[in-house]
Amino acid sequence: MKEVALANKHKDLGAKMVPFAGYNMPVSYEGVNAEHHNVREKLGVFDVSHMGEFLVTGEHALELIQLISSNDASKLVDGQAQYTCMPNEDGGIVDDMIIYRINAEKYLLVVNAANIEKDWNWISKHNTMDATLTDLSEELSLLAIQGPKAAEAMQSLTDVDLSNMKFYTFEIGTFAGMEKVIISATGYTGSGGFEIYFKNECAEEIWNKVMEAGADFGIQPIGLAARDTLRLEMGFCLYGNDIDDTTSPIEAKLGWITKFNKDFINSEALKAEKEEGSKRKLVAFELDERGIPRQGYDIVNDEGEIIGNVTSGTMSPSLEKGIGLGYVKTEYAGFGKKINIQIRKKTVPATQVKLPFYKG
Amino acid sequence: MNIPEDLKYTRDHEWVKIDGDIATVGITDFAQGELGDIVYVEVESVDESLEREDVFGTVEAVKTVSDLYLPLTGEIVEFNDSLEDEPEKVNNAPYTDGWMIKIKFAEIAELEDLLTAQEYKEIIGG
Repeated sequence: MKEVALANKHKDLGAKMVPFAGYNMPVSYEGVNAEHHNVREKLGVFDVSHMGEFLVTGEHALELIQLISSNDASKLVDGQAQYTCMPNEDGGIVDDMIIYRINAEKYLLVVNAANIEKDWNWISKHNTMDATLTDLSEELSLLAIQGPKAAEAMQSLTDVDLSNMKFYTFEIGTFAGMEKVIISATGYTGSGGFEIYFKNECAEEIWNKVMEAGADFGIQPIGLAARDTLRLEMGFCLYGNDIDDTTSPIEAKLGWITKFNKDFINSEALKAEKEEGSKRKLVAFELDERGIPRQGYDIVNDEGEIIGNVTSGTMSPSLEKGIGLGYVKTEYAGFGKKINIQIRKKTVPATQVKLPFYKG
Repeated sequence: MNIPEDLKYTRDHEWVKIDGDIATVGITDFAQGELGDIVYVEVESVDESLEREDVFGTVEAVKTVSDLYLPLTGEIVEFNDSLEDEPEKVNNAPYTDGWMIKIKFAEIAELEDLLTAQEYKEIIGG
């Protein structure tokens, strides 16, 4: 089991630690609901240092990225980030990731912790153009500082103008006295804020200064459990739940990051799928009655036939009802259409809704 | 870890309070702490007679769902339906306001199999 640089800090704060993607990670501190609301109303800090980071450099860096990535990285300018996925050759997804363009020959890819080795092998295999690949996953820590108060609370720690940063842009600057920190206006909560990347040896100092600067604004440490409820209220896909090696970006409604103005791995087949239509679709639903949908539960039609399955589900702390994502056969998909979730012995009606579930 | 001396316990992390032929049942402080924020308690077995170890309901936390096992054979005569709107009572007051059901128990001999506070404490490594 690997430890993040701040593991002892989390234990001192009373975090419940669980194994996640090979790391011992804080799943909750005060309690998932309190942490969730703290992010929605004020701000919170998440240690997500388990995430993987690969540096792609050299004159062929963009060429490699354009081959493996479904989105069009040629549109990026320096200091801009982009959400994308890596399609495999069988119609599925190797991983989803964020690409940061540092300059025309230097990109940072941020990937899921559970997929670091798989992604590394996949990208290396397709690196026939000889771009330089460096795995920084073990060297970098990542804190997500999320919530409506994040910019105001963290401004004293940096000269970068936090409140005027555009979504999905970043700057490399001084933060909490540490140099060369990547300050990125990204996140996985829908409540605004930043993600900051820095060397592990800076972690303790940065954590302490973040907590100090945020104290007057009500900052709290937030665990992975609330990270999941926050992302699900926005309908953000989670790799391993809603997307995986067998789900296509088209059926996962990731068409917006799948750009057919360029060639990439499996782009022909995905283009055909887009034109012909997918057999199933990822839909968002709210339960009409009490209950909590969970990953793996069947979705059934009114006749009781299985028409799909739940990929993510929870009791939404903001909406106080059961919400979920799941795949259904395309003929059953549509906003406002009814489906049923099989919760153990009970069949609970649900209505398909537009994302996000939480509209602020 | 709060384990009141005047209650009996099960290996399924439930507590039992005997009063005449009625047993009040809930989950322990240890159990609620392991589950985290409880968001839903479902008991649809009121008025049913069930055997010991049968599932009488489920408790759902944000991340997990757990079955609730009947500690004693008998009829479930009452469900604490205030938990429908305030499931957090199980977290905040597991031994009092967070009680779950009352059983009219049928087999007095089964009481012997319940654990004392000390025995339960040893099970959870306390």
